[in-house]
Amino acid sequence: MNLKALKRLAPQLIAVFLIIAVIGYFWNNTRLNMEYLGMEFGYDFLSKAASFDIQFSLIDYDGSSPYFRAYLVGLLNTILVSVLGIIFATLIGLFIGVSRLSPNYLVSKLAEVYIEVFRNIPLLLQLFFWYFAVLRTLPLPENAISFGQSIFITIKGIYVPKFIWTNFNFFIISFILAIIVSFFIFSYAKKQRENYGKHFPAFWVSLGTIILFSGSGFLFGIVNLTFEYPEIYNLTETVFNYRGGVTIIPELLSLLFALSLYTSTFIAENVRAGILGVGKGQKEASSSLGLTPAQTLRLVVLPQALRIIIPPTTNQYLNLTKNSSLAAAIAYPDLVLVFAGTALNQTGRAIEIITITMGTYLTLSILISIFMNWYNKRIEIKEK
Amino acid sequence: MIKSLKKFSIFLASVALLVGLQSEAFAAKKSRTLSKTIKQDHVKCGVSQGLPGFSNADAAGNWTGIDVDVCRAVAAAVLGDSGKVKFTPLTAKERFTALSSGEVDVLARNTTWTLSRDADLNLTFVGVNFYDGQGFMVRKSSGITSTNGFKNGISVCTNTGTTTELNMRDFFNSKKISYEPVAFEKADEVVQAYDAGRCDTYTTDKSGLAAQRTKMKNPDEHIVLPETISKEPLGPAVRHGDQVWEDIVRWSLFAMIEAEEYGITSANADSLKTSENPQIKRLVGSEGELGTLLGLGNDWSLNIIKQVGNYGESYKRNIADTGILPARGPNALWTNGGLLYVAPAR
Repeated sequence: MNLKALKRLAPQLIAVFLIIAVIGYFWNNTRLNMEYLGMEFGYDFLSKAASFDIQFSLIDYDGSSPYFRAYLVGLLNTILVSVLGIIFATLIGLFIGVSRLSPNYLVSKLAEVYIEVFRNIPLLLQLFFWYFAVLRTLPLPENAISFGQSIFITIKGIYVPKFIWTNFNFFIISFILAIIVSFFIFSYAKKQRENYGKHFPAFWVSLGTIILFSGSGFLFGIVNLTFEYPEIYNLTETVFNYRGGVTIIPELLSLLFALSLYTSTFIAENVRAGILGVGKGQKEASSSLGLTPAQTLRLVVLPQALRIIIPPTTNQYLNLTKNSSLAAAIAYPDLVLVFAGTALNQTGRAIEIITITMGTYLTLSILISIFMNWYNKRIEIKEK
Repeated sequence: MIKSLKKFSIFLASVALLVGLQSEAFAAKKSRTLSKTIKQDHVKCGVSQGLPGFSNADAAGNWTGIDVDVCRAVAAAVLGDSGKVKFTPLTAKERFTALSSGEVDVLARNTTWTLSRDADLNLTFVGVNFYDGQGFMVRKSSGITSTNGFKNGISVCTNTGTTTELNMRDFFNSKKISYEPVAFEKADEVVQAYDAGRCDTYTTDKSGLAAQRTKMKNPDEHIVLPETISKEPLGPAVRHGDQVWEDIVRWSLFAMIEAEEYGITSANADSLKTSENPQIKRLVGSEGELGTLLGLGNDWSLNIIKQVGNYGESYKRNIADTGILPARGPNALWTNGGLLYVAPAR
């Protein structure tokens, strides 16, 4: 090894050594301190009974389940609110972003006001606003706002009808089959267009296929769908509640509102940037080819704008997922409230639980990044 | 922002656990906490974020309450000045980490003494300064007058990270009633949500219910049900492993209770130095060497009584006169039919 190579390597070696030394120092300190306090490090507690109940769970859970199951409940609740939040934030963001560029003065001004208001108020305040301020104005169950006697809005939650299926499997199989068939229809349409320049109305044909396939079950009476409606009952003579149907808890709704409205403003700005980033000539060229403004947006502008929009939007998706941990403030049982809150306090395993929680958020964020990077690659311009 | 700050403080506490105690681990053998407290000239005390009667700060930042008085008593005993206390408000979930990481040295935060906390969390409870029990609050208009009126589907607002959550499950399971637990991190948010009508009932320790009731929009619309579903002996806790410090905190509390038993108050303590009763003389420091045995000055208990008062004075000032629980109930002296019975300081 010559001197030049050594000179190049030395700083890196020193850096690696320092990192190992720092980690080692903290590790040793933790070990010593925990030993001094008589604390044991370990994950055994995860298999012990949690003995507390959780308000809202996507999987079977009760207090006799182990802490690990409580962790899963919290994790799934976090994923639920993040996925729904990402979907709503994207839809709202897209809509507001496009409106922001509308030639209509009123529409573009309104979009601007929306963005400035929701972007510049701290998220926690918005969360409290949606939960406490809006919740307080909702009526008690006896005065519920109802839609067609099937959806009821009350301070205790929103009650919607529950689907009761017979032969749900038949329905879902025919639906999946229809999707597969539509896939072939689209590739046929693409071949027709590329090879013969013929236009084949793939979208309408597929839609028809899906309706026909999934409707056939109903038609022949194999599949049936009925609804279980929520009904009011007396908790005491003067206190009422609803039962039956599906309950959407107000905590989930408030969190979803706050997260998607807040994040949508950033996405809207990304969308605006993306659209403005597509050269003016592109739009002019597409109009001169006779495409309608809607077609121009869908076929020319958006595909190119997406390449600008996706990378910063990935950041917003990550932020939304991490911000969902504010849930603890309004009693939505997410990972932080259930696991890094109640479980931590009941077991006292601060270091173990905080490391698991940090690891979980890290993993979630990395998974989102991987997916978005894959999508970003897919929509890149392919040089032929 | 507040939220993330709080999370950050938990993170800090964990980091403190990682680094903080290193230097301590090799310091004086006798009592690290005592020598540290004398050196920094204040007692580090963990309290609640605001529970009237127990630990509550006024607009000027002055802390008052029956838990606060325990810390003031320790400061009076160790440093001779009940004002030398640094209070750290903690959430239910931060409190144990804060104590074990050394961020606070006394945890006086209406904390229930349980086996798992004593043994598994490595805390040591030095005694009980308030005998409490979990209860329920409901709206008068609901017509519920006892927990027998609870029916399936009742929604219950409560705090996370407390024994309340566990007791609640035991209670509803044994009664075979399905319920919806709505658990918030901070007491203020529980009160707001219950007050808004989100929940049919609000459960926590009965003293807490009585205190929080005063914060409702219209306190007269709510009642606390008569049933008590659990034992909640609340007491100050210290870290495991520093017996000298543990003794100091324990006997500071005991001295307040015993002073009441012997009728020593902040007003008459000095004049009782020449009392006929040797036990009174020991408590006001004119006889015996009790302070020296604890590693403190001999005027330790006199300072406590003069500056903080006896337990009865503290109860009256914080709990009774504020209208939270005017009757002493189980928190009366054993001589008056209550549960307060402490080992003799002799």
